[in-house]
Amino acid sequence: MLNTKPVFDVRQVSFEYEGKQTALDHIDLSVHAGESLIILGANGSGKSTLLKLLDGLYFPTGGEIQAFGNPVTEEALRDDEFNFAFRRRVGLIFQDTDVQLFSASVLDEVAFAPLQLGLPRDEVNRRVDSALEALRIEKLRERAPHRLSGGEKRRVALASLLSLNPDVWLLDEPTTGLDPRSQSWLVEFILKQRNEGKTVITATHDLTLAEEIASRICVFSEDHQVVAAGDPQEILEDHDLLHRCNLAHYHAHHLERI
Amino acid sequence: MENTSSVKRSSNRSDILEHTLHGITETLEQALFAEEISARKGLFQSLDARVKVISVLALLIGVALSHSLLVLLAIYFLALLFAWTSAIPAGLLIKRVWLALPFFTGLIALPALFITPGPAFLHLPLLGLVITQTGLTTAAFLLLRVSTSASLTLLLILTTPWNTVLSALGVLRVPDVFILILGMTYRYIYLLLHTANDMFLSRKSRMVGRMDTSENQKMLAAISATLLDKSLNLSSEVYLAMQSRGYRGAVVTLKPFRMQPQDWLWLFIFLGITTLAIILGR
Repeated sequence: MLNTKPVFDVRQVSFEYEGKQTALDHIDLSVHAGESLIILGANGSGKSTLLKLLDGLYFPTGGEIQAFGNPVTEEALRDDEFNFAFRRRVGLIFQDTDVQLFSASVLDEVAFAPLQLGLPRDEVNRRVDSALEALRIEKLRERAPHRLSGGEKRRVALASLLSLNPDVWLLDEPTTGLDPRSQSWLVEFILKQRNEGKTVITATHDLTLAEEIASRICVFSEDHQVVAAGDPQEILEDHDLLHRCNLAHYHAHHLERI
Repeated sequence: MENTSSVKRSSNRSDILEHTLHGITETLEQALFAEEISARKGLFQSLDARVKVISVLALLIGVALSHSLLVLLAIYFLALLFAWTSAIPAGLLIKRVWLALPFFTGLIALPALFITPGPAFLHLPLLGLVITQTGLTTAAFLLLRVSTSASLTLLLILTTPWNTVLSALGVLRVPDVFILILGMTYRYIYLLLHTANDMFLSRKSRMVGRMDTSENQKMLAAISATLLDKSLNLSSEVYLAMQSRGYRGAVVTLKPFRMQPQDWLWLFIFLGITTLAIILGR
């Protein structure tokens, strides 16, 4: 897998909000096709910012990002041809589904991406039907997204990307606010995408999710740097590392027992 | 006794909080109720949204152009009949329209009773005022036009989900981007109302002491500022979400409507009623 050409190549990337607040500090990372990479980090470590950089929504204040061998820059994305090609191949699910679901109905939401990217109407209708069916939300078709439950909103958010059928799925804290049944269903969904050869990059601090879906893990410190990357089992068993990065804690009542 | 007065004082102090909470809850409940009605089985619910938008618009033009009280009254009762066949209790429609009417149109219509020149209809000796026949007719026209128009509009709104009304506006050549913005406005106002509700509830749950006017003002200012900040943050995040899925300034939408024979039939019926109202009301 590592011999394949990287889907994303992140070189010495830094990012600061308004030139003051550091979100990423000299990050190096390569993502290969078909991988299920987990970006593991505590709140505020820069995971979400990295996903927005990979999706070409923010641009690095230092370093460079390449996607499919091309630099992802503001200028490059101004070019219609590059923008369309990039957006068709990369999709991002935001952590807050209320941000992701901005349309007036589920149907409009799921049809939004393929319509914006210029697919013919018949093809859009076919994709919408297929996405709604795959996520078992046909009944929600005419509903307003703000009336849905957390689990339903997450399904609609995934359907809104499934209708685009991107090669790369960027998922930001996908298990947030989901009940155990929805979480389990989500894991199955992500594994299915992975089995279909999609590249999945998930930002999370959920160790259980990481254990279930990761083929590789990259750990972010609270100093916004990559402090470890590699085999999921090795990383998840390194309790000192997880503790240092605020990803696991020794509870006081457990220590007393020891 | 002490307890009672303390409770009373406390409830007076938290009036602003309670009033705001009540207002927000009522708005949210009304939206929920409208959605429930639009899901019922009925005549208007079964029609294509475009037919409803065009028909209601045509009837509103008919109401505006008609110069006969009888014709206006007939359209008003027709609206009540359509409400009944659309599983909307006529009482609800009457209440919603006539409770609000005196505060808005009534205030405008009232002076017209006395200041419109014409033959006297009724003397009010105690007030020394005279209601003129012309004034009475003018006020009746105004009230009937507004109540009929409001009833027809309510009929459309109550039987059609807001998102469908917006999509149907496309047939009136309303630009897609305008429809999208309207839809997003409604959707996010709803979300921010929920947030505001939570913030007020959270404040209420921690309020044990006295809150005077200046403290109330401070609390409202703080909540407003937080909401503004949240809405700004939300708008920039939503824009990113749109960009992420290919938005580049021009919106393309699906037009998922399909006209059935009964839609055509009702469209002709409504247009016929409008034409008749204009001819008879000349």
